[in-house]
Amino acid sequence: MAVEFEPIVGRYATLRLDGLPCRIYFEEAGQGIPLLCLHTAGADTRQFRHVMTDSAVTDHFRVIAFDLPWHGKSFPPPGFEEAEYRLTTQGYTEAILAVADALELDRPVLMGCSMGGRIVLNLAAHHAKRFRALIGLESADHQTPWYDTDWLHRPDVHGGEICAAMISGLVAPQAPAIHRWETLWAYLQSGPGVFKGDLYFYRQDSDYRDRTRLIDTNICPLYLLTGAYDFSCTPDDTLRTAAAVPGARATVMAELGHFPMSENPARFRAYLLPVLDEIRRASR
Amino acid sequence: MTDDEVAAAFGRLPQLVNNRSSLVRRGRFLTTEFLVGAGDVPVRIAVHRGSIAGVERGEALMRPWRFAIRATADAWTRFWAPVPEPGYHDLLAMTRFGTAQIEGDLQPLMANLRYIKEILEAPRHGR
Repeated sequence: MAVEFEPIVGRYATLRLDGLPCRIYFEEAGQGIPLLCLHTAGADTRQFRHVMTDSAVTDHFRVIAFDLPWHGKSFPPPGFEEAEYRLTTQGYTEAILAVADALELDRPVLMGCSMGGRIVLNLAAHHAKRFRALIGLESADHQTPWYDTDWLHRPDVHGGEICAAMISGLVAPQAPAIHRWETLWAYLQSGPGVFKGDLYFYRQDSDYRDRTRLIDTNICPLYLLTGAYDFSCTPDDTLRTAAAVPGARATVMAELGHFPMSENPARFRAYLLPVLDEIRRASR
Repeated sequence: MTDDEVAAAFGRLPQLVNNRSSLVRRGRFLTTEFLVGAGDVPVRIAVHRGSIAGVERGEALMRPWRFAIRATADAWTRFWAPVPEPGYHDLLAMTRFGTAQIEGDLQPLMANLRYIKEILEAPRHGR
């Protein structure tokens, strides 16, 4: 073979979500305990490429990620041309459970970042028995808005440029340039109004301060890891959330920001691997 | 740094920006005047097609600016640290936590946000 292929393999399948057929892109690598990964708002599965090529993970876990409809290589549903995209708690939850069912995952570990970390808390409250463990990266029960999302989708401001420029500071200063810019590229590329539509979920439809008390970590362990440089989901937001959930384990990750798995993979794995080891030991 | 020292740092923007061709190119559709607040010292920055055309201290009577970005001298000093601490590492982190304020017509700022952020960060790298 003239080149060395990465172990990541991608496929497509059409799932019915919210009554509409959605062509969804999945990718996976590794074998073992299923580890389902959720990308951030306005981005896609590429954020997990370093987790999927880390043999310390893939020797023990079948790592799977999928692009939500409207994101990455998943199309928007039919009729999108007349729709305003808005992600909701209900739709997001349904999509994750539909993917887990379609792939016949047996009590997967679920790891989500940012809005993916937010929805993890809803699943912890209402669907804990379906999961082996839950990992929220940059996760909190609520966020105070810090800018007007109308700037993200309007004709006199370039959508890709503004999405990336708004969030560029969420990458920690210590991130290697190549990883910083790969992380930002997803935002530069995202479809018109998609990041804004995700933030509808994040800002308007996911205040979970009412349901953290429902989370029972005896049913499903909950790990929260947040980067010290994250000013969107701040360490204080995560620590406040963890304090409301008995048994939740919160860690503030030094020299990392809002995109730990893609902005600084070497630093992130030092925090992730001990969590995965603990989950693996508990699964024996 | 004092207010005057921060204002002086902004005064070096023509040298820090105009020889960076990729940065000038990024701002090539921007011609405007905006104001930065170095603590209590206002500094007017004129941009012409991505180059810094002028930096002047002080308010100019009856001369408008499109948008203003204000922070204390202490905040700008922390912002320009070689490795800034969390909360001072990005313009929007500072606005989020109230250590910087943005006002005025935000459209030219938002349409050129990466460019504006990078010129404000230029004194950090001293290049």
